[in-house]
Amino acid sequence: MDILQIAIILVKIVTLTFLVVLPLVPLSVYFERRFSAIIQDRVGPNRVGIPFSLLGFKKDFHLFGLVQPIADGLKLFLKEDFTPDHVRKVFYWMAPALTVVPALITVCVVPFGSPISIFGHTEKLVIADLDIGPLFVFSVASLSVYGITLAGWSSNSKFPFIGGVRSTAQMISYEIALGLSIVPVLMYYGDLNLSTIVKQQADHGWLLLPLWGHDATHTLSSKLLFWFPAAIAFLIFTISIFAETNRMPFDLPECETELVGGYHTEYSSMKFAMFFMGEYAAMVIGSALIITLFLGGWSIGFGLDAVVEKLHIGDFYFGGFIHMGCFMTKLLAFILFFILVRWTVPRFRYDQLMKLGWVVFFEAALINVFLAALIVAAPQLQAAIIGIGSVLLVILTAAVIWVAKVSEEQPKILRA
Amino acid sequence: MAVVKLQRPKLNFGEKIYFGALIKGFILTMTHAVKSLLGKSVGAETLASSGLGVTMQFPEQRWDDHLPEYYRGAPALVTDEQGRERCVSCQLCEFICPPKAIKITPSEIPSDDPWAKVEKRPLEFDIDMTRCIYCGMCEEVCPEQAIYLRKDYLITGLKRADMVHNKKRLYEIGGTRVGLVNKWNELK
Repeated sequence: MDILQIAIILVKIVTLTFLVVLPLVPLSVYFERRFSAIIQDRVGPNRVGIPFSLLGFKKDFHLFGLVQPIADGLKLFLKEDFTPDHVRKVFYWMAPALTVVPALITVCVVPFGSPISIFGHTEKLVIADLDIGPLFVFSVASLSVYGITLAGWSSNSKFPFIGGVRSTAQMISYEIALGLSIVPVLMYYGDLNLSTIVKQQADHGWLLLPLWGHDATHTLSSKLLFWFPAAIAFLIFTISIFAETNRMPFDLPECETELVGGYHTEYSSMKFAMFFMGEYAAMVIGSALIITLFLGGWSIGFGLDAVVEKLHIGDFYFGGFIHMGCFMTKLLAFILFFILVRWTVPRFRYDQLMKLGWVVFFEAALINVFLAALIVAAPQLQAAIIGIGSVLLVILTAAVIWVAKVSEEQPKILRA
Repeated sequence: MAVVKLQRPKLNFGEKIYFGALIKGFILTMTHAVKSLLGKSVGAETLASSGLGVTMQFPEQRWDDHLPEYYRGAPALVTDEQGRERCVSCQLCEFICPPKAIKITPSEIPSDDPWAKVEKRPLEFDIDMTRCIYCGMCEEVCPEQAIYLRKDYLITGLKRADMVHNKKRLYEIGGTRVGLVNKWNELK
């Protein structure tokens, strides 16, 4: 590995992590505040801008309040960093870092755009082109639960503790559904490399919008048939990501109404801000993963990708940057969806959350795997085997639903 | 207290699936968002909104024109139509004031003055606006109708001293008020 390669990797790490993903965190905080305000018929932060009048100019530029998150961050820097007496210091200090770092590490496998090429040297717009993309994301992203659990435990007081325990339980119940739900997708593409998955979607249609790029191996009917397991997988995966990132319908670890502030009750100043950042960074990465797996990643779609990739000035093929813009647009749209969900869906009760994870999503994801396997393998199988397979699948589904129904606790009839 | 036993409602299949409610919720929030962006939220008109949601954006837009007749703002002293200060330093307002915001230093009107029969006028009249609770009791109790609650609501200052309204400031806010006078009436 020569110096140039190391330099390229360093440049990619710095630009993609610190100049692309990290600024998305304050941006999503801004969107969260503005969008929630608009939903609730309010205005939201629209004042903070560049204070030119302090420098002697006549007018301030308020920029729709876009500078607000920076002001918030500055405020948090200036606040007193208070460490209570009763905490377990080492873990108390470690916990905030443990929530932010995993979220930022997972950035490295997300493909931001198609490869760009300059002077015949092609470079992929992904930091680490790992062949185990989604598995890496799951293994690293689930480390962030340690941060939350440790924060809850080391705070050494009851509300953070309950928050931490809830977070652990929640993470365990949704990790399984999360992993199982994308098995159909991986079976369909036959690859674990996220770059390759996105490339296939660009060539043959997004997983949830397979309307172009048909050929002999990718017929329209087969793609449309796979749309159903893909949609189920998308649903389960998206909802599990919501649970994984502790976002609103599942924000039990930090629900303010029950647990004061949940796991970060005892934290102040930048330590608190790091939890905040970790939550939003996890949201950004979660959206990036959903987009990459189901909604075509950087692909513009409708067969335009091949055209964009060929755009060049001299030796400089810059289509990758256009694709990156497309990816960022999709990402922002999905973040807005996250926010819409937060301000629409009320919080689940704890037992409902557990039931949804273990009884509904786990089984649904499992059945979905078999369904997807049947659909993927169908072209190579004889009609009889397909028939037997589908009958077995129906029986299995019925059995699971029956078990779920029987095990459900019937509400006791009360007499008034 | 009697124990009320509640029966949980029996949910049908659609309600158990929950997605219908989710979609309904999304439609509801998005309708609010769109209406709020168009400035057509419910109540935007009556609340004189700025065109985004129902909020009036304060320094640019003010509620002044919409203040009701009975609005109780800063208390102020008034003069009568001849420019005489109505206040006769009876100190009733000072005694009734619940937070003790008013402080009056009375002074005698000398006996050679044509208005000697009025007896007293305030030498100093301070209202501490950090204490005032805008209750309007001073206005109610005043026999000379000399103190009124005006519609001024932006009482600000950088120091505590700025927040104490002296006599000059009070007359500035108050202005004149035509009508019945008691002690200042020549005939009485």
